[in-house]
Amino acid sequence: MIGFKRYFGLLLLLVAPFVIYELVNGAINNIDTAGKKDINNPIIWIIIIAIFTPIAIGLVIFGWYAFRGEYDRVPKSSKELKA
Amino acid sequence: MNQPGPPSSIRSVIAASSVGTMIEWYDFYIFGMLSTTISTQFFPRDNPTAALLSTLAIFAAGFIVRPFGALVFGRLGDLIGRKYTFLLTLILMGASTFLIGCVPSYESIGIAAPILVLLLRLLQGLALGGEYGGAATYVAEHAPLNKRGFYTSWIQTTATLGLFVALGVILLVKSNMTDAAFNAEWGGWRYPFWISVLLVGISIYIRLKMKESPMFSKLKAEGKTSVNPLKESFRKKANFKMVLLALFGAVMGQGVIWYTGQFYAQNFLETKCFIEFEQSRTIMLWAIAIATPFFILWGWLSDRVGRKWIMMAGMLLGIITYRPIFSTFLQESSTTYQLKNSREKERTAAVTKKELVKNDSVITTTAAVRLENGFSYTETKIDSINQLQFQQVQRSKTILSDKHLPSSTYWKFIGLVFILILYVTMVYGPIAAFLVEMFPTKIRYTSMSLPYHIGNGVFGGLVPFIGLLLTTTYPSDPLVGLWYPIGVAALCLVIGTLYLTNKIDRNIKD
Repeated sequence: MIGFKRYFGLLLLLVAPFVIYELVNGAINNIDTAGKKDINNPIIWIIIIAIFTPIAIGLVIFGWYAFRGEYDRVPKSSKELKA
Repeated sequence: MNQPGPPSSIRSVIAASSVGTMIEWYDFYIFGMLSTTISTQFFPRDNPTAALLSTLAIFAAGFIVRPFGALVFGRLGDLIGRKYTFLLTLILMGASTFLIGCVPSYESIGIAAPILVLLLRLLQGLALGGEYGGAATYVAEHAPLNKRGFYTSWIQTTATLGLFVALGVILLVKSNMTDAAFNAEWGGWRYPFWISVLLVGISIYIRLKMKESPMFSKLKAEGKTSVNPLKESFRKKANFKMVLLALFGAVMGQGVIWYTGQFYAQNFLETKCFIEFEQSRTIMLWAIAIATPFFILWGWLSDRVGRKWIMMAGMLLGIITYRPIFSTFLQESSTTYQLKNSREKERTAAVTKKELVKNDSVITTTAAVRLENGFSYTETKIDSINQLQFQQVQRSKTILSDKHLPSSTYWKFIGLVFILILYVTMVYGPIAAFLVEMFPTKIRYTSMSLPYHIGNGVFGGLVPFIGLLLTTTYPSDPLVGLWYPIGVAALCLVIGTLYLTNKIDRNIKD
């Protein structure tokens, strides 16, 4: 199980850049100043990509920690975090 | 606090926190629910600046300002205390909601109108970002150790009840006046905003009488509060790891399940199934009313069996059943399906309208149709005849709208929406206790607020946008928009199952 937890972390390392790639790709294909839908609006794409980038970086960090075995054992009490 | 306080005192803690949080949700929702009227009043589409401000008001408030509010007020709550911080968010929310209802229209004051509404909407987002973490922490820090899930689950009912009250108030106001009176510049659409000031006033009065959380008071008396909660939450590795785990292993999936069950479902019934306004709203109202007690049930159960598996089960059920449930909505609201089970009873005389658009003569024919089983709809046929090409019909399109479901289908839909909201209660009921138990007292407000608002505001808030994106990219499948919540919930389910612990942290006095 521990091995699986670690290798799943590697998968997450790949998921994050894929999500950003898909968002940028979606923006390029759908932004249309003449369009009337939300997905044609460049401002919305800028907001979404701007807010999703740090989240994707967070997922990369999470995946990296998982791969390094830092989630092999999760604290069972918030008391452990104080140490 | 490990010893239970007197029942009456705990009841007032829960009541004061829940009522205030419910009002904040109500305030936040009415803007979204009245967005069509608000757009007409403040954001005319023919003005590009106003259209830009409209986009910002809708998207920035949820995506950027809510997580930002979580940071601002979370930090404040860990520095000065829970009570004064969530009192401040309530005042901010109440004042900005009331003022939105007082802003004159674009026609009266020009571009100042959308600017003012945008600023007030951003303040609403900021306040909402700060409220939830405060209320959940405040109740959890008062609760006895074996009832934390049960007591905090009352806070969890507030988002759904806020939606319920907002739906109810708007429906009530709208049903008591004509559409013209409701949509007028100073018409009925403003009443829900004005009503807010009364609700907030009562809630402020109740909250002012409450005492600070006993755990925070103790920490403060001992001089052990955090000096820099943001730094401790996000730069101390042990804490930051838990923030990431909370987001990707629980709240991300909870956010999409929550949003799909309550908002996507309503939107789907209206825009994909074309069910008439009143029926689509009452379907939601009934389902919410029946499902709400389950928040308490799951919260209570989580004190006995742990939080993790209840939340994971809610996600799993959503993943498995979303497509069959939404497919049933689509199928059973179709005229083809209804005509298989019943026959046409009456058809009103068609009303025909002709107009000239460019070189086309457009003929619109509208008729109301009623079947024997009670199903009715409006049939609109649009024929375009090109004047230059020998009077040939170029295009013919039939639109079926304002569908009124027969009683049996109506109640079946209530049952299905109830199931969707039941999943919401499973993922959402235990989550406050779960988040509270992940972090120590001195950074609890900050640490739990940020993942919560990213999960709900960003992942949940993106459900309609990504849904539209997928529907546009793959137009042949009307259910394709569901792959986003299904995918996010599936990823969260795997992460949560692998990495989260089901252990209840009995002692959060740290």
